[in-house]
Amino acid sequence: MTENGRPKLAVWKFASCDGCQLTLLNCEDELIPLAGAVEIAYFPEATRAVVEGPYDVSLVEGSVTTAADAERIQEVRQASRLLVTIGACATSGGIQALRNFADVAEYRSIVYAHPEYVETLERSTPIAAHVTVDYELHGCPVDSKQLLEVLAAFVQGRRPRIPTYSVCVECKRRGSLCVAVAHGTLCLGPVTLAGCGALCPAFARGCYGCFGPQDTANTDSLADRLSILGMDESQVLRVFRTFNAGAEAFRRESERHDGARHDTEKHESQQHEEATP
Amino acid sequence: MTHKLTQGDQVLHVDTLARVEGEGGMHVVVKDGLVADVELRIFEPPRFFEAFLRGRAWTEPPDITARICGICPVAYQMSSCLAIEDACGVTVPEEIRLLRRLLYCGEWIESHALHIHLLHAPDFLGYAGAIEMAADHGAIVERGLLLKKTGNALMTLVGGRAIHPVNVRVGGFYRLPTVEELRSIRPALERARDDAVATVALVGGLEFPDMVQPQEYVALRSPHGYPLESGSVVTSTGRAFEVADFGANVVEEHVARSNALHAHLDGTTPYVVGPLARYALNHDQLGPLAKQAAHDAGLGDECRNPFQSIVVRAVELVHAIDEAARIIDTWDGASAPFVDVPPRAGVGYGATEAPRGLLYHRYELAEDGTILDATIVPPTSQNQPSIEADLRAFVQDRLDLPHEELVRQCEQAIRNYDPCISCATHFLDLTVEEQ
Repeated sequence: MTENGRPKLAVWKFASCDGCQLTLLNCEDELIPLAGAVEIAYFPEATRAVVEGPYDVSLVEGSVTTAADAERIQEVRQASRLLVTIGACATSGGIQALRNFADVAEYRSIVYAHPEYVETLERSTPIAAHVTVDYELHGCPVDSKQLLEVLAAFVQGRRPRIPTYSVCVECKRRGSLCVAVAHGTLCLGPVTLAGCGALCPAFARGCYGCFGPQDTANTDSLADRLSILGMDESQVLRVFRTFNAGAEAFRRESERHDGARHDTEKHESQQHEEATP
Repeated sequence: MTHKLTQGDQVLHVDTLARVEGEGGMHVVVKDGLVADVELRIFEPPRFFEAFLRGRAWTEPPDITARICGICPVAYQMSSCLAIEDACGVTVPEEIRLLRRLLYCGEWIESHALHIHLLHAPDFLGYAGAIEMAADHGAIVERGLLLKKTGNALMTLVGGRAIHPVNVRVGGFYRLPTVEELRSIRPALERARDDAVATVALVGGLEFPDMVQPQEYVALRSPHGYPLESGSVVTSTGRAFEVADFGANVVEEHVARSNALHAHLDGTTPYVVGPLARYALNHDQLGPLAKQAAHDAGLGDECRNPFQSIVVRAVELVHAIDEAARIIDTWDGASAPFVDVPPRAGVGYGATEAPRGLLYHRYELAEDGTILDATIVPPTSQNQPSIEADLRAFVQDRLDLPHEELVRQCEQAIRNYDPCISCATHFLDLTVEEQ
């Protein structure tokens, strides 16, 4: 806490697109009041001022993909009373976790003329694979209302009220037409965590799973349905292997359809116990 | 630390550059009172988009490449759509192009309002950030936030959401907004237009360090007006080439200090993309209101002081708002939200003007639409050599400044480019080293 009793907030970035921390800057109506309620003590994207830790709440965006970042997250944890991860990268490894299913040396040589200049780990891992995480907020990107709810909850010392049900529940509540039933459109709504407000079906497309798996995702059953709709194995694999490819339920389902699966042991070690406060 | 650099050989070093998108730093070596070396260090970790795009379907790049950057996802969606449609031999109908331009206007408004007010203005007005600045300049920050909110609202209206829009697909959109939905944002755009004109007047009155940028300017030029969603490449020395020839004209080099590839014209000449380049090569295509605002702010046909990029950005903000209103006023719907883009074997090229400058995509597709190869050249990669050249000249002239002040001004010079390090990784931390 600062001397005037305001909690100190820090925002940290690891491998990511900056979209989740931008979500905070996108709270145009709430940003200045928020800066009154908490002290924004470390947020390099917004200010060059740095207030020394420890911090009451740290928001962490991004995944761990370098040895230096694996060390840095330990320092962030030590400097933080509460550590909240925000977004698909921080909670599941993000789109860059597609390397977990491939040979990173090959990836490096595809993109860079001098692969030896580039330091990178073989796998992109979520923050909880490295340190205890107090709360995970999902989404690619996270939803601004959910982000504000999480911040408000921690400032007020309560659990955030964030749903754990599927996109289907939000979709029914919104009164959208079920694109899967009505049009046979591929939709990950039944297995995907709510939070976006069932956006895609309202735009006449199927959910593509950017909030990651819901608590009790029956991906197996959905995959069967996708096959009946005429998708081949490689298509089903790609459906589960996007922005939350490293999330347990989606990873397992994609591997069930991976004929060319080359390195199962590589992924066994990737499983992490989801940390609870 | 306030010692002066001219007292010996020194090093300027900034570990983590603030108020830029992504992670990078700067390292300057001064030897015998002369700047010996300037390095922009990009340590944003590589994410290997070009590698994992291989094997994906031709329909996937708009959603996947959006994730390269949370600040300019539409730029990635637009360049990837153009490149894939080119590979498949499809040109989208005029209404689709207009709706893309409208969505892109939303991104320019959001990104420019963010950079002008929250990221760059604090440098000129002497604050660490916009939140600190809000205590003394509340009205400016509020105006910036309101402008940004209008840009985000436009993106949400057309794209579904502001960060990683869901409504873009190869061939067009999933769902067309209705005429009524589009008209609902007109009052906010009216307010934004007045606010943007006031912003040009405000930033036009700031004090700018003297500096003349000698580099070649590169931007798109389009028959459809000031370049956003389409065009071919033109430069300030009179070169002109099609987007398909971008690869033959631009050479990307991989240097040890950066996970962002450095781009040069013909392999040797550093060049500049972004607002200053677009303005120099396309100012005749600005709308009357943006032209008037530029004139009132004292801008001529060309602006070569990178510190004044904030003024040009504000002029472009006026233009984007005006253009969005114009598109909405003439919009009477489209026959279909998208056209089919059946795959075929081939190579396709796409370039659009991201808020930070030209963004190039190239895809090679197999017959069934599987991506065999992908090349993405983001604006910050292209600007990297020029940022280093600017810093070299800038630091040399200011070696008598106290260290802290020099570091602060160097950061400001880097922010002239609104560098997007997340995009370019394939960016900032400032060190000045004494040897």
